[in-house]
Amino acid sequence: MNAQTSNPAADPATQPADSATLALTASDDAPRRGRDFTLVLRIGLPLALFAIVVWSWETYVRVAEVPHYILPAPSRIMETMIADWPLLFGSLLQTLETTFLGLSLAIMGGVGLAVLLSLSRAVEYSLYPYAVVLQVTPVVAIAPLLLIYMPQETAVLTCAWIVAFFPILSNTTLGLQSVDRNLLELFDLYGSARPKWAPRWLGTFIIRVKALYYLRGPAALPYFLGGLKIAGGLALIGAVVAEIAAGSAGAGSGLAYRIIESQFRLNIPRLFAALVLLSLTGVIIFLAMSAFSHMLLRRWHESAISQDK
Amino acid sequence: MTAQTAPSPASTPVARASSDSGSAPRSGAPLVALAGIDKVFQNGTIALSGLDLGIREGEFVSLLGPSGCGKSTALRILAGLIPASRGAIDWAGGGDAEAHQRDIGFVFQEPTLMPWANVADNVYLPLRLRGVSRRAASQAIDSCLSLVGLEQFAQSYPRELSGGMKMRVSIARALSLRPKLLLMDEPFAALDEITRFKLNDDILRLQKEFGCTIVFVTHSVFESVYLSSRIVVMAARPGRIIAGIDVDAPRPRDRDFRTTPAYGDYCRTASEALHGAMGHDEHL
Repeated sequence: MNAQTSNPAADPATQPADSATLALTASDDAPRRGRDFTLVLRIGLPLALFAIVVWSWETYVRVAEVPHYILPAPSRIMETMIADWPLLFGSLLQTLETTFLGLSLAIMGGVGLAVLLSLSRAVEYSLYPYAVVLQVTPVVAIAPLLLIYMPQETAVLTCAWIVAFFPILSNTTLGLQSVDRNLLELFDLYGSARPKWAPRWLGTFIIRVKALYYLRGPAALPYFLGGLKIAGGLALIGAVVAEIAAGSAGAGSGLAYRIIESQFRLNIPRLFAALVLLSLTGVIIFLAMSAFSHMLLRRWHESAISQDK
Repeated sequence: MTAQTAPSPASTPVARASSDSGSAPRSGAPLVALAGIDKVFQNGTIALSGLDLGIREGEFVSLLGPSGCGKSTALRILAGLIPASRGAIDWAGGGDAEAHQRDIGFVFQEPTLMPWANVADNVYLPLRLRGVSRRAASQAIDSCLSLVGLEQFAQSYPRELSGGMKMRVSIARALSLRPKLLLMDEPFAALDEITRFKLNDDILRLQKEFGCTIVFVTHSVFESVYLSSRIVVMAARPGRIIAGIDVDAPRPRDRDFRTTPAYGDYCRTASEALHGAMGHDEHL
């Protein structure tokens, strides 16, 4: 800017352009640097906090000489994790299997039922209240009952299914109803001609299926994915709750069962190791669901569009 | 210029008379007519009362009136989107609204695009619902997009477009079935004035190239005068036609038309008719 003020004879027309260019490059650069810095903070700060907590924990256990059956040091937990890996890994696989099987069944059931509800009022009125009852009854209270009537593995799976089912059902139902009203009118205008060969009720049904396929389905996708994110975490919780309720019985024993067992045997380091694996599993499920959702929505949905312009 | 304003609700024959007194450029054959249309909504609101409106081929008819005068309702009844409580829609050559779905293109006030589909797929929707394959439709899609000047944006998603561009996509979609009758429900009301002027010119050019009949709902006097061959002025409570104004200025029109004395005269006539429409309404 100095050059301009010291040279009043310069063509005045170029001045605004110059300053505009300057402002543009400056404002173009600053946000990017700001964004990089924010990224560093967002990753660095939690890591730093983690390091501080672990270091304090380790120091406290060493200095105060806390016995490891009361509070094991992080280093000891790591050692146990490595030493007991074959056992813990087997349990991890067991829990993962229950979680993903439960989640898959919940997706099929939830989406299937939501579609049925959207196609038929009669089905909606008769089934929805029971879906709500199933959801609001705490799963811990149902688990002992299920264990009486079902083999243990089926009961655990059913628990994971029950808790994961409802968020998918309710979100998908909401999504299927959230189409732009004008788009539905447009559909009425262009797509509502009943096929001539079909009887009236079948024609109406075909039109509803068409609306579902062309408009309601795509509109429901972001809602469904939101439900999936919640359901992924809940399926894990359902599996854990059922395993704990099942207690010591059975051969198939997941991470939650390892926790109970370690508690009985006062093997607290292993309890912690199992707990760490469980929460890592939860985090990974959440990240996987978020990535999946982003992948499907990044082209068009507001929730998946990055902030930068 | 023929303009009649009448103070009483029993003025519909006047509007009809004016449309029948049309001069040479509008001598197209009758296309569709609303006859004695009443519309009472479920909550008891009388939206339309004894509406008679005839549309001729090649016309550009504007429905002009204050909000609540039933102009959008009349358009929706014409499109078959909602049923009339009484009265009939007479299509030339017979047939009900369902039989004439193919002949109608509809443009809403909002662009109403599918956010999950790109521009080309949005334009494809009406053809797709008719069972036309994507391959067979691709030429129609391309030509509709180039009509509105968006051939470069076929692969873009609606969120990447400006408001005016979204509205163009919406218009291209309405044209994709090559309708005889294009119904537009305040399509430019939400746009800024510069964009609106541009789209007004585009619509005039489209009608000329495409040769379709247009019924256009608006609350802008200037827009209706600029675009129309005939302005139908409506009043509220109950919704009815109180005046018909033939805009006999030569077509095609361009922005020079806005500076002619005739344009000013028509605007004044339409404004006075609109003022008359408001005068009937003690609630405003």
